[in-house]
Parts: sequence; C-alpha cells; structure tokens
Amino acid sequence: MSRESMEYDVVIIGGGPSGLSTAIKLKQLDSSLNVCLLEKASEIGAHILSGNVFETRALDELIPNWRELNSPIKTKVTKEKFLFLGKTKSLSWPTWLLPSVQQNHKNYIISLANLCRWLAEQAETLGVEIFPGFPASEILYNEDGSVKGVITQDMGIDIDGNKKDSFEPGIELLGKVTVFAEGCRGHLGKQLIKKFELDKGKDPQQYGIGFKEIWEIDDKNHDEGLVMHTAGWPLDNSTYGGSFMYHAENKQVFLGYVIGLDYKNPHLSPYDEFQRFKTHPAIKKIIEGGKRISYGARALIEGGFQSLPKMYMPGALLVGCDAGTLNMPKIKGSHTAMKSGIIAAETINYHFKKGDNLSVYEKIFKESWLYKELYKARNVKPSFSWGLILGIIFTGIDQILFRGSLPFTLKHRHADHETLKPANQMPKIEYPKYDNVFTFDKTSSVYLTGTNHADNQPVHLKLKDPNLPINYTLEKYDEPAQRYCPAGVYEVQKENNENKFVINSQNCIHCKTCDIKEPSQNIMWVTPEGGGGPKYGNM
Amino acid sequence: MKILVAVKRVIDYNVQIRVKEDGSGIVTDNVKMSTNPPDDNAIEEAVKIKEAGKATEVVAITVGEEKAQETVRKALAVGADRGIHVKVDGILEPLAVSKILQKIVDKEKPDLVFMGKQAIDDDCNQTGQMLSALLNWPQATFASKIDVKDKKLEVTREIDEGLETIEINVPSIVTCDLRLNEPRYASLPNIMKAKKKPIEEILASDLGVDISSRIEQLKVEEPPKRKAGIKVANVAELVQKLKNEAKVI
Repeated sequence: MSRESMEYDVVIIGGGPSGLSTAIKLKQLDSSLNVCLLEKASEIGAHILSGNVFETRALDELIPNWRELNSPIKTKVTKEKFLFLGKTKSLSWPTWLLPSVQQNHKNYIISLANLCRWLAEQAETLGVEIFPGFPASEILYNEDGSVKGVITQDMGIDIDGNKKDSFEPGIELLGKVTVFAEGCRGHLGKQLIKKFELDKGKDPQQYGIGFKEIWEIDDKNHDEGLVMHTAGWPLDNSTYGGSFMYHAENKQVFLGYVIGLDYKNPHLSPYDEFQRFKTHPAIKKIIEGGKRISYGARALIEGGFQSLPKMYMPGALLVGCDAGTLNMPKIKGSHTAMKSGIIAAETINYHFKKGDNLSVYEKIFKESWLYKELYKARNVKPSFSWGLILGIIFTGIDQILFRGSLPFTLKHRHADHETLKPANQMPKIEYPKYDNVFTFDKTSSVYLTGTNHADNQPVHLKLKDPNLPINYTLEKYDEPAQRYCPAGVYEVQKENNENKFVINSQNCIHCKTCDIKEPSQNIMWVTPEGGGGPKYGNM
Repeated sequence: MKILVAVKRVIDYNVQIRVKEDGSGIVTDNVKMSTNPPDDNAIEEAVKIKEAGKATEVVAITVGEEKAQETVRKALAVGADRGIHVKVDGILEPLAVSKILQKIVDKEKPDLVFMGKQAIDDDCNQTGQMLSALLNWPQATFASKIDVKDKKLEVTREIDEGLETIEINVPSIVTCDLRLNEPRYASLPNIMKAKKKPIEEILASDLGVDISSRIEQLKVEEPPKRKAGIKVANVAELVQKLKNEAKVI
C-alpha cells in the first residue's frame, strides 16, 4: 500500500514524561529542529497512571523556573509513614529507619497525567508538534537495517480486516532519529529489543502491576501532604508488593497497590488483593465515608539496572520505561524517565552537530546521576525473591549501611511469565465478596476509567495460538488471564458445555500485563485504533 | 451555496460525569473534552455536500471559552474551510447561543445552518429551533438523510413513529441525528493543514446581544443509587412481588 509520508528531524513515540522531556530538551538545544510526538491516547495524559510522589531533580534541570509557570506540582510531602500490616493489626516502622531512598520530605504529591499535560503545553510552546490519537503501529527500517521511522495505525478497519467507508490509512513518519518512549512494555520497544538484541547479557526484565484509585475522603481523615506505604497483608511472605496512599490536594487520596508479576500462584488475583487490602482496619478508617472517583491499572518496570537494555541502536533510542529506568526501592520512575529523555536529546544534539554515533548515549548515561542512582538501587528487588522478611533485612544492610555499594550484583533469574506453578500445586484463594462501599467489581471499576474502543475494529489482543488458552493454559494454570487482567478483558465461558476463551478487547485499559504474564507468551498486545483505551483524568 | 456549521465542546461521551461536592455543577477540570457527537455528523454532512459540488464553502463556528477553539480546529481538519470562534466564558443557554448565531448569520449570510440535534451535556435540543424562529427560516430537525435539490432540501427525519420525509426551502436550519452519516477520521496531514486555516475570533460582548441567563440553577445532584436487586424463586413469586410490593401490575 502506498502511504503518505512526513519527514522530521526527530520522531518521538509516546507522550509520557520521557518522550515529552526528550522533545522539550531537543527544542531547547536547537529550536530549528523539526520534532513531532505521537501519542496513542485521545489526549496527552489520558493513558498516564502513576502514584505519584515526584522528585523534581530532572525537572529542575529541564525547566528550572517551573515554579513560575503554573505547573501542577503543588502539594509538598509533609509527613511519612510506613506500616507493616498483619491481618487486622498494623505496626508503624519509624521513618528514620527507612533507607534514605525511601524518604520523601523534599518531594511532591502530584498527578503525573496532569504533569504530562503541562509538559505538553511547554513542548508545544517550543514548537513541538504533538499528535494525540495516533498510535505508532509499525517500525520502518532503512535498507541498511537502521530505524527509519514508524507507521501510524490505520483507521477505519472492521473486525474482519476490511476497509470501512471511513478508512484512513496510517502514514509514514520518518525521522533522522526515532525515539521510542512508549512506557513499560511498549509494543514497538519490545520488537526493537529483540531485533537489535538490546538485552543481550542482561537479566530478564521484571515487572509489576500497579493499581490506583482516587478517593475523595472526609475532611477529618485527610492530612494533605501525608505519604504512607505499607507492606505485608494481604500478600504472603513470598509475594512481592505493597501499597501507597498519598494525601493530595482537594481532600483526595491516591490509593494504590503494586504486586510483582513474578508471583507464583496462578489463583492469585492482583485486582482482588488490592480490593481486599482496602478493608484492612488501618486503611478502612481513612477512606470510610469517602467516595471512589477514579480507577486504573498499569504494568511497571521493576528490573532496574541488571535488566536495563542497551538504549541506543542504529537510527533510534529507547527511553524511560520503554527501556526500564524506574528506580524500584525509591518507587519512582518519573524523574528517571525524564532524565533519560534529557540524555536522549543531548545525544541527538551531538549526533546532528558533531556527527557522533548514537552510542554516545551510553557515555552520557554512565556519567549521569541516573546511572549512579540505578546502580545503587540494583540489589533491592532481587533480594525480595528470598521473601519479604529476608528482603527487608538485606535491604537494610544494603541501603542503610552500604548505601548500595556492596561489591556484588544479585541476579533476576526468571522472566515473569516463567514463574507460575501449575494450578493444582498451589492453594486456591477465596476472595471476599465486593461490598460496593470499599471494594468493587471489575465492571464498575472499568466504568470509571472511561475506556472505549471504536466498535467493530480488529481485536488488538492477538493470540499466537487461539486454541492454547482452552487446550493448555486452562487446564494447567486455570487460565490466569481471568485474574491478572485488571479490566476483565479475558473470560472463560461455558457454551454448550464447552469452554470458550472470550476476549472483551473493548475493556482493555492498555496496562500490558497479559503481554507480560501469559505463561506461554501467547498474548500479544498491539495498538488499537487511535484514541481508544482509558480516558484517565488526573491519574 | 455556503454552509455554516455550529459545533460545541462538551465532556467526552466516555467520561463518567462527576457532580461537584457542593452541588454547584459538574467537575470539568482535567476532564477529556470532545466535539458534541452529532455536531461531528453535521460537519461531515456539510463537507460531503461540498465534495459533491453542491456547496462552495463550509464555515465552522463555536461559541465558548478559549479551549472551545479545539472543536473548530477539528472541524477544519475534517474539511471545513474556515472557522469562527465567538469567545465567551461560562455556560450559555440555548437562547443566548441562538442569538449569537443569528448575528453571525446576518454577517456571513450562509444558505444553510447545520448543527447537532442536541448537545450531550445539557440535552436541551433547543438551539436549532430557536435560531429558526429568530431568523424566521424553515427548519428540519433530527435529520438522518439530506438531499440537496437546487433551492430546496429533502430531509428524512427520525421521529417517534418512524421516518418522516419533508421538503424545505433554502435558506434553512437542519439539526442532525447520529444516523445521518459516519464521520471521517482526521488524518495527520489534514490536522497539519488545519493548523494553517484561519479562525476568526469575535468577542461575544461585541455582538450587542443579551446573553444573560434566564434560568437560575438551584442544585446539581447525582441520580439516586440503584438499590440491590433480589432473587425470586419462581414466576409466581415474581408476579406476586410486582403486584403487592412494587405495585406495577
């Protein structure tokens, strides 16, 4: 098919903190550059979901006068708490005993979606062309194998693959350099990592699934600026995870839960763990009388330093969590994503001006605070593979006594899709019924996300083998997709006494968990028609 | 022939509406906004008529705050030739909007005015009808098919009893139903081109019309929560409950 094409100096895929920072820095370094940025959501911010306690270090570098520009960074962290939860009891851990990476007194409680909207305004003011509603669906290569650009998703194709009257072919966006900033498990980033073997010699990437709800709570329970984290119940000692609760402005709390996707029990339902977590007395008393106003979920990167792929390749760079720059012990990825974007822009500037190879990325990265930060943090996540208690003890030694400088690096041994044990070897988990006050079913949760995909379009969750879910995964693992999907996309239904695997792709909130956790890697997440997916407000 | 199409910026139809805690209105901060869906049909139809060689110019107009201009920009990206943005802050009632549109019609002298049959935010379904009265022009509402025939329009209307086909003279007002057509996608090159198309900005206060509110809004409330259902053992019990408890049969 012949397509229209447009040429740019730099094409950026993804309007999150890393992509937007790349765009802004590029224009600051050279305002004559033609830079465009594609975003699959209907607007910038609509697919962004994050805690978020924000460290301003990268933003201070990028836009030093951000305080004067009406940025949505307002609520300073004033107090911190860390609780160990038992089933009904809770134990408060003194914050002075927390590693310094987990202390937040200089940070801010923000909505990352709103920060991205604001960054997009800054980028547009500098002349960046931002196109929301246009997913990049394919990578284009030059004859020499280098990345040439991307093709945007075709619009107006029906479920059988036929062109509708409204068919609008995707166009080729060609960049002298293309920057991939799709976030965790980007579907093009994944292809690039494979094609250019960017993860050669690295540990398998580790992921988590993060949930977030926004609650409007009673005045008397609200403590603006309070940051609280918990570990322990409802997860067992061998499952990695914990909660966050941030008291933001306007009587809102950002309440969330993160669970490592290396969990072993296929009966575990991350969604239901989060729901029942809210019924713990220590949590319940805060949200009692409040109202849940938002819900969302997104996979995140936990692999850190050991799993970080090479971030440059011929014609392209990989930034933010499309590569995996999140700092796990800090539970923060926004400032690191932004810094990786800044480094990408500096690299491209050298490349254009001095003819340097894009591999100069590696050099700038290694000299940066980002590298030091990720290096120091490297041993925390793998130590939790020994369980919560040993993990905490090791982390205390590693982070408080040695400040991340122990002379060895622990390995991540397995990819997350390899960790499930057969269903018949693991205990079943009975989750309590939803009470519609503190806990809710998936349908009413997805309703809050504003998720929609245009009717009658091809299913964007592809099965490599359509029979595998019923013929293999159901029997061996009790088809865990029914439980790990936070939006109820996957169901096993009985039809005439036969099991049928149903994919409700219109519910998909683009979290990518299925692409990561499916034990046979049988599910592939690809881009749906532009503008589809959730419409998160201030997540 | 010249077609003026009115478009409105509303909360996106996928977004769950939230009422402000003090009951003074609904939450719009950081909420995804879009063009009112039937207004997209109105633009699409006007562009189709132009592409068929039966119109010479399509002008998109919106009345609203600064950001409402996005809806005009979107109309330009799918084929409108130029735009008009009448700037005003706050929420306007249909009468005020139709008075503003009347002024613009006096100035622009279009042959047809298209708009959505109603906006999905206030569901008033009044602006087209009021404009028709103010201009003393014929109107065809809830159009699901439009045939342009020289100085007349043949319009099929979606009405309670089915479909009604009427013929009206030009100039006239047509309000469009969702069944009228399938709006096209804005392609990336067309979005780029739309950035260069002109949008005339006019202050509502310069038009010399009274746009003050006629309605006092007392309170906005969420609908009452649906109570949990109950399971009945058999049809007899269901009938009995419907008769004696719900008292609906």
